[in-house]
Amino acid sequence: MAIELLYFAWVRESVGKDGESVDPPAGVTTIAGLLDWLAASSEPHAQAFADRARLRAAIDQRFVPLDTPIEGAREIAIFPPVTGG
Amino acid sequence: MIRVQPDDFDPGTELARLEALNVGAVASFTGLVRGDGGLVAMTLEHYPAMTEAALRAIADEAARRWPLAGLTVIHRHGRLVPGDRIVFVGTASSHRAAALESCAFLIDWLKTDAPFWKREQWADGSSRWVEARSEDDAAKERW
Repeated sequence: MAIELLYFAWVRESVGKDGESVDPPAGVTTIAGLLDWLAASSEPHAQAFADRARLRAAIDQRFVPLDTPIEGAREIAIFPPVTGG
Repeated sequence: MIRVQPDDFDPGTELARLEALNVGAVASFTGLVRGDGGLVAMTLEHYPAMTEAALRAIADEAARRWPLAGLTVIHRHGRLVPGDRIVFVGTASSHRAAALESCAFLIDWLKTDAPFWKREQWADGSSRWVEARSEDDAAKERW
C-alpha cells in the first residue's frame, strides 16, 4: 500500500523534495528499513539518511522511534530533532 | 487556547484574556528572536498537519498536572527578524506555583515535542539549521 512520505528542514533540502508517495516491498517492515530501501535507490536519499542519530520520525502525525513498524501507516514524516520554542 | 500563525501577537491582549478569568495568578513566557552574533533573520518551518495536535497534547499534559483555569500557547512560523516574538505561553491558576511551574513546563516541552525547525540567516550571507541541544532534553526531563 502506498505511503505518503514528508521531509522537513535539512532532510527536505538534502533529499531535494518535500515529500513523495512510495510503495515499499513486503520485506520493508520498519521506518529504519524504509530508509535503507530509499537510500539504496538514490544518492540524495542515501546522503540525507546517512546519520540515523540525527533523524527523527512521525507516523500519522505522532512521534515514533525509527524501529517502529510501518504496517498500516498512511503518512510518515522524516526530520531532524525539533528546534522550536 | 492554541494558535499557530505567521502573524505577530500582542502579549498584553493575551494576558488580559487570562486575567479576565478572575483567578489569583497569571504567569507568562514570551520567546524572542535573539539579535546577537550577526543574526539577520530566522525562518521557522513546521509540520502543519501535526503542529496543532502536538501543542494540544503538551497543553493537555500541563492541564493534567496542574489545576489551571486557563492556558494559552501561541507559536509563530515563517520569517522572523531579531526582536520579533516567536512564542507565547500563558497560564492562569488560583495558585502562583501552579501558574509559574506549568508555564515553565510548557515552554520546556515545546522545545522538544513540537514539530518546528529554525533556520538562521547571518550577516555574512551564510545560513544554517539550528541543531537541537541536549540541554533542552535535560530541561524536559526535569519535569
